Amino acid sequence: MATFQPVLTRNYGVKDSHLLSVYREHGGYEALSKALAMGAENVVEEVKRAELRGRGGAGFPAGVKWGFLPPNRKVTYLCVNCDEAEPPTFKDRTLVEKDPHQLIEGILITGYATRTTAAYIYMRAEFHRQFHVMQRAVDEAYAANLIGPNIMGSDFKMDIYIHRGAGAYVCGEETGLMESIEGRRGWPRIKPPFPAVEGLFGKPTVVNNVETLCCVKHIIEEGADWFLGIGPKGSKGPKLFAVSGPVRRPGVYEAAMDITCRDLVFGEDFAQGLTEGEELKGVLPGGISMGILGGDELDCKLDFDDVRRYRLLGLGTGAAVVVPKRTDIRTVLLNVARFFAHESCGQCTQCREGTGWMAKIASRIASGAGRIEDLDLLVEISNSMGMMPGMNICGLSDGAGWVVRSVVEKFRGELEEKIKAQPAGAAERALRQINPAYYEGAARVSAR
Amino acid sequence: MGWKAVDRQTSPIPRDAGPVLSAEARAKIRGFLDRYETRRGALIPALHVAQESAGHLSLQVMKEVAECLEINPADVLDTTSFYTHFWTHARGKKVVVVCRSITCQIMGGDEVLEAVKKQLGIGEHDTTSDGKYSLITEECLAGCDHAPCMLIGERLHERVKPENVPAILADELNDMIDVPRSALYDGVKPGAG
Repeated sequence: MATFQPVLTRNYGVKDSHLLSVYREHGGYEALSKALAMGAENVVEEVKRAELRGRGGAGFPAGVKWGFLPPNRKVTYLCVNCDEAEPPTFKDRTLVEKDPHQLIEGILITGYATRTTAAYIYMRAEFHRQFHVMQRAVDEAYAANLIGPNIMGSDFKMDIYIHRGAGAYVCGEETGLMESIEGRRGWPRIKPPFPAVEGLFGKPTVVNNVETLCCVKHIIEEGADWFLGIGPKGSKGPKLFAVSGPVRRPGVYEAAMDITCRDLVFGEDFAQGLTEGEELKGVLPGGISMGILGGDELDCKLDFDDVRRYRLLGLGTGAAVVVPKRTDIRTVLLNVARFFAHESCGQCTQCREGTGWMAKIASRIASGAGRIEDLDLLVEISNSMGMMPGMNICGLSDGAGWVVRSVVEKFRGELEEKIKAQPAGAAERALRQINPAYYEGAARVSAR
Repeated sequence: MGWKAVDRQTSPIPRDAGPVLSAEARAKIRGFLDRYETRRGALIPALHVAQESAGHLSLQVMKEVAECLEINPADVLDTTSFYTHFWTHARGKKVVVVCRSITCQIMGGDEVLEAVKKQLGIGEHDTTSDGKYSLITEECLAGCDHAPCMLIGERLHERVKPENVPAILADELNDMIDVPRSALYDGVKPGAG
């Protein structure tokens, strides 16, 4: 596995790294100067050339996204997606609290490149500490003329506002995010129209993730060739991986995307394996939406494409949680199903009803009242939802279905074993309680 | 959010009640209008400030926010009812939020929740009788590297052990964060200038 000098996390260990003065001592805002001298079109070209793919979960090429903005536009908005809420992701949290100016610089460079008039940092409500750190950093930057009417003395002007969320995972979806900034329920919009053409307040808008914007700063600072020198084909540049669960060193690690899941969990420079007495059952490596890897699938490379060979939905946020052997897989199934049932915005029938239904089935299975056919039913429900097959407005439904199907398919053995070990008639009794009329009706029919 | 049918003769908002939001709170709310292209754009910051000023977002407070921003009260109700951070009924002085997502569950979050319930003597969505604490669970708080986590007010408690819960809840400063704050989204308490 290739190593390189970390950039995204290089200030993490520096004392008072959140202060402007300290950031400047470590080369801060030099990339912004460079960008202003390069000219906006050249900045866009450099980012396109670097093949920067979005780090928010979808992996869409950032330069290509910026290129969709209509050339004759009068107003452009930039939305910074800091609504990090995909369990178990926490990498953007560390970027914002340890190096807020790195993000501000990335926002300014991107704003300059895309002729942005105002940028909104959409930050989830639960990030209280991070809000205070970030707002103070924004205030410092305004005072130093790094944000405002004439940035660094040039005629580039831009505002940065922090817009706090209010507790909704679906507001991390780019159109749900824009709806929320507009003061509405976080109900995602049908695409097309795409945000680049008709976004925030109906104007051309770019929505980018925190980590993606931090990468922009480094691409301008070190050049696209440097970025292309890190990582395998199709997955260039440094990536932040978050590891959690019963491991020796949970935390955020910066690595190239040729790293395998095994390296990340067991590597000496990474999480260093499981803690005393714990054994690995599986790993959800991309955030729960992407699905689960069994213990025999750890050689999966954590890049945007290899993951698909292991039937993961994608790399996602690159946040891995290790599921230990002591954790009943039914608990995992219920936890993820319940998450999506809670977070579904409710617009689309398949998602609203499907996530609710899957959560109820998972709950019955976890309480020892499941049936073998429930496993097939879960797969059937998961196959009936999704934006990719054209059934739902947003990708929440894809994640919801994918993880349930993934857990059922890869851990079918354990699920069937546990269901068969239930007390006789447990499922029958539970179902009778849930829907007595159905059973009475069925009994009458079969008695004829 | 549940809907109740209301007799047309009575209003859920007392007609003779004085305003809940002070002039200063309203001015602070209107200060957000500059940031957004539409008046409704200022709504979510307005709701944060209103909730922190009034304690929770009653129908009357929602109506006052609507008047402040000159938008439709129904739109305020529409938005408020979507988000879990907004309380439409009274809550305790401090809110304890225990994380229930995958890593925290694997790392013992269920036991922490039980310890909190036992110590406070309340269940989820309840408030203690002295009005000090409310308890809810929420999905991933992004503190997975230090699971299990719980938020008390603005402060995230990390690697929480069930046996430490009584001490944590007894600590008067358990909601204080360790960084300088920005007052931008703070409420305006009555009497503040």
